[in-house]
Amino acid sequence: MFETLSHAALQEYWWAIMSLLGGFLVFLLFVQGGQTLLYTLGKTETERTLLVNSLGRKWEFTFTTLVTFGGAFFASFPLFYSTSFGGAYWVWIIILFCFVIQAVAYEYRSKPNNVFGSGTYENFLFINGALGTFLLGVAVATFFTGSKFSVDFSNITHASDTAISRWETGTHGLEALLNLQNLALGLAVFFLARVLAILYFMNNVEEENIGKRARKHLILNAVPFVLFFLFFVIRLLLIKGFAVDPVSGEVSLEPYKYLHNLIQVPVLAVLFLGGTALVLFGIIRPVLKTTTAGIWFAGTGTVLVVFSLFALAGYNHTAYYPSTFDLQSSLTIHNSSSSKYTLTAMSYVSLLVPVVFAYIFIAWRSINNKKIDTGEVKNESHVY
Amino acid sequence: MVENIDLSLVDWSRGQFALTAIYHWIFVPLTLGLSFILAIMETIYVRTGREEWKRITKFWMTLFGVNFAIGVATGIILEFEFGTNWSNYSWFVGDIFGAPLAIEGIMAFFLESTFIAVMFFGWNKVGKKFHLTSTWLVAIGANLSALWILVANAWMQYPVGTQFNPDLARNEMMNFWDVFLSPVAVNKFIHTITSGFVLGSLFVVGVSSWFLLKKRESGMAKKSILVASIFGLVSGLMLVYSGDGSARLIARIQPVKFASLEGLYKGREGAGLLAFGILIPAKETSGRKIHEVKLKLEIPNLLSYMATGSWKAYVPGIHDLIDGNAERGIMPAQEKMKRGLVARETLAAMKESRDKGDTAAYQALKAKFYDKDFMENYFSYFGYSFLNEPGSLVPNVPLTFYSFHLMVGLGFYFLLLFFVFIVLVWFNKLDNKRILLWLAVFTIPLAYVASEAGWIVAELGRQPWVVQDLLPTVAAVSHINASSVQVTFLLFAFIFTGLLIAEIGIMIKQIKIGPKEGGK
Repeated sequence: MFETLSHAALQEYWWAIMSLLGGFLVFLLFVQGGQTLLYTLGKTETERTLLVNSLGRKWEFTFTTLVTFGGAFFASFPLFYSTSFGGAYWVWIIILFCFVIQAVAYEYRSKPNNVFGSGTYENFLFINGALGTFLLGVAVATFFTGSKFSVDFSNITHASDTAISRWETGTHGLEALLNLQNLALGLAVFFLARVLAILYFMNNVEEENIGKRARKHLILNAVPFVLFFLFFVIRLLLIKGFAVDPVSGEVSLEPYKYLHNLIQVPVLAVLFLGGTALVLFGIIRPVLKTTTAGIWFAGTGTVLVVFSLFALAGYNHTAYYPSTFDLQSSLTIHNSSSSKYTLTAMSYVSLLVPVVFAYIFIAWRSINNKKIDTGEVKNESHVY
Repeated sequence: MVENIDLSLVDWSRGQFALTAIYHWIFVPLTLGLSFILAIMETIYVRTGREEWKRITKFWMTLFGVNFAIGVATGIILEFEFGTNWSNYSWFVGDIFGAPLAIEGIMAFFLESTFIAVMFFGWNKVGKKFHLTSTWLVAIGANLSALWILVANAWMQYPVGTQFNPDLARNEMMNFWDVFLSPVAVNKFIHTITSGFVLGSLFVVGVSSWFLLKKRESGMAKKSILVASIFGLVSGLMLVYSGDGSARLIARIQPVKFASLEGLYKGREGAGLLAFGILIPAKETSGRKIHEVKLKLEIPNLLSYMATGSWKAYVPGIHDLIDGNAERGIMPAQEKMKRGLVARETLAAMKESRDKGDTAAYQALKAKFYDKDFMENYFSYFGYSFLNEPGSLVPNVPLTFYSFHLMVGLGFYFLLLFFVFIVLVWFNKLDNKRILLWLAVFTIPLAYVASEAGWIVAELGRQPWVVQDLLPTVAAVSHINASSVQVTFLLFAFIFTGLLIAEIGIMIKQIKIGPKEGGK
């Protein structure tokens, strides 16, 4: 089946999968957003325990999606893996550190003799929620703003220093924090994660006080999200983008490149605008009337918006990981991918994804058929 | 050779990866073994309907949860460190290595993380059979994740099913099934998961013995010991069988590692296996450090048999493999370095002719990388071209030697322990065997020592290679400062150690609390 596809078609297929995984990853960051709201929405220990247990049954999905996102990127676009992870070392290491401390926090928080006290594990959750989401947003923004690196395959033949990919700034990724547009996306992702978390709590937690506070904080977080997101998007449509000549593969700067991509690939414009509308609808609806369905609209919208942002970065002859040090070192979905054989083999594996969705749906439905409340947490043998 | 490379960067990068891997492997084998033991216990519960088995299952499940979380925490770092610290490696073999990592995520991690939620929170929400299925799926998911990372690791030890692409300076997968079903992958998978099963069993036997010593939960303890000892004994026999297969493969594909396991410097026919020995630094020859084995207790001819299946066969020593042995047809490392350099210079010349627009020269040079003779006689030594001197092909012999012997010796001790416990618990004679019970308690840390020793043999023993013969660590490392890696090494050492202390603290407390009444 996949053997009949060209290498270019497989590269596009895998970029779509990466875009989709990216979309789901950002949606699932509601777990991280929730972790930053434990003390905002939960004023008593019981309320906080309820919130932690609500999130605790989902954190592994976010974690697994991040790990799968990394593995799939390695398999499909290994040059990105070697260039970005080895180059923007500090950004990725800090992100990883944030996830290391999260992984134990749920299980250890309420266990007796946990050595560091439950407050430490709650701090771990906060750090993961705040820094993890912000830095992931900053890292994704560099897909549009670029980084200073060079790639030369012939380096491996050199007598000294054989590194193929080289980061050309000593700050190794931290320089991304000096770019306003990167910061804007980082903050937008941070506030979006909080908004999604609030909508998730509305849907998953049965506790009156938490519900009231959630409604109030929905607006407080939605406003900065919209502002930062708008700043990022407007600037994105106005800046020069990294265009790739389809024949020679030469990369050049093109004014309004991302705006052009939206116009030239209308389906992306539809997905982007439709996704944005769904996110806004998901936020506004619970403000106007009592509903718990906001998370489904905003969640679906998030997946669509992030999918279309990745698509804007990679499709329509665009370099998705641009180098501002050497334009020709920029990574495109064609020059950074795995071989046709590997992409074909991996494409068969991708057919498992619907199966994964199906069993996640069945499993979630079986244990989440009603909202979590204090009574359930008291009677549960496994509590976070 | 590679000039001007910061060797401290290579060392710190290796140190960071080793640190992460060692910590990760403290937690993973218990997950592998305990998950199946849980599934077996819950199966007994569902089949018999006896509530005490539910209570037993839930007790071990709590310990599983504490351990699982920290295994996940250390695992994510390992995956990304291939990129952060071994950037050149990630490109040079990413076309092959990335696929198993992605499959691991899609096929194994989601299975594990989805059904672990049902396993922990579904007792009162789903039917017995659905819950039991979930527990089995968690065990299968955990072990499937081991499968895929071991397929990837096996490929690094024995790169098969690949073709070098000179334009992109990378190896590309030619046959997925060759990679997946390579004998090293199959053997490594069986050997590694059964080592996890043995460790999990020893953990259950040791903790249960503690309950018997404290005269608490006698029923639960004996039942747990019976299940774990039988599971451990069967797994241990498979472990020995796969270990034997592993030795034969190593002798063939990583002969320097094999010679280092036994501290064998001079090859010989009918080589014996050391049951015991102490390595003493000896007079240096050819500028290389060597060791002599003192106080040795040798089982005649067994090493030759392990290596080849023949009692009298010749086993090459480290000197033969480095200096060459014309009589035995072993090429000197110096010659391999020269041939590797020819391959690397051919690649450089190809690039130069392409840049100059000399199409004919470019095509001619490129064709060499698709020529069987050139690939077998030159490119297969590509990695040797990065080495400064032949002596760097020898791993740390004492560490490899002691790790190997510790692993093997402890492995046989574990088998004996399982057998004794099965007999005693079967005839209900265990309660008053206090020395034996304490021995089981103190065997828990020994299980971890043996398990880590196995990985030291596998990974340290193959140095300097990241990918056998094709890429040494010195050419695989990322282009970053050694000081950055020093900082992150210390950061991870600090956090992993802190989390390990917390984990042990919680585990001990949960064991002291014991199973909760009513199976809650």
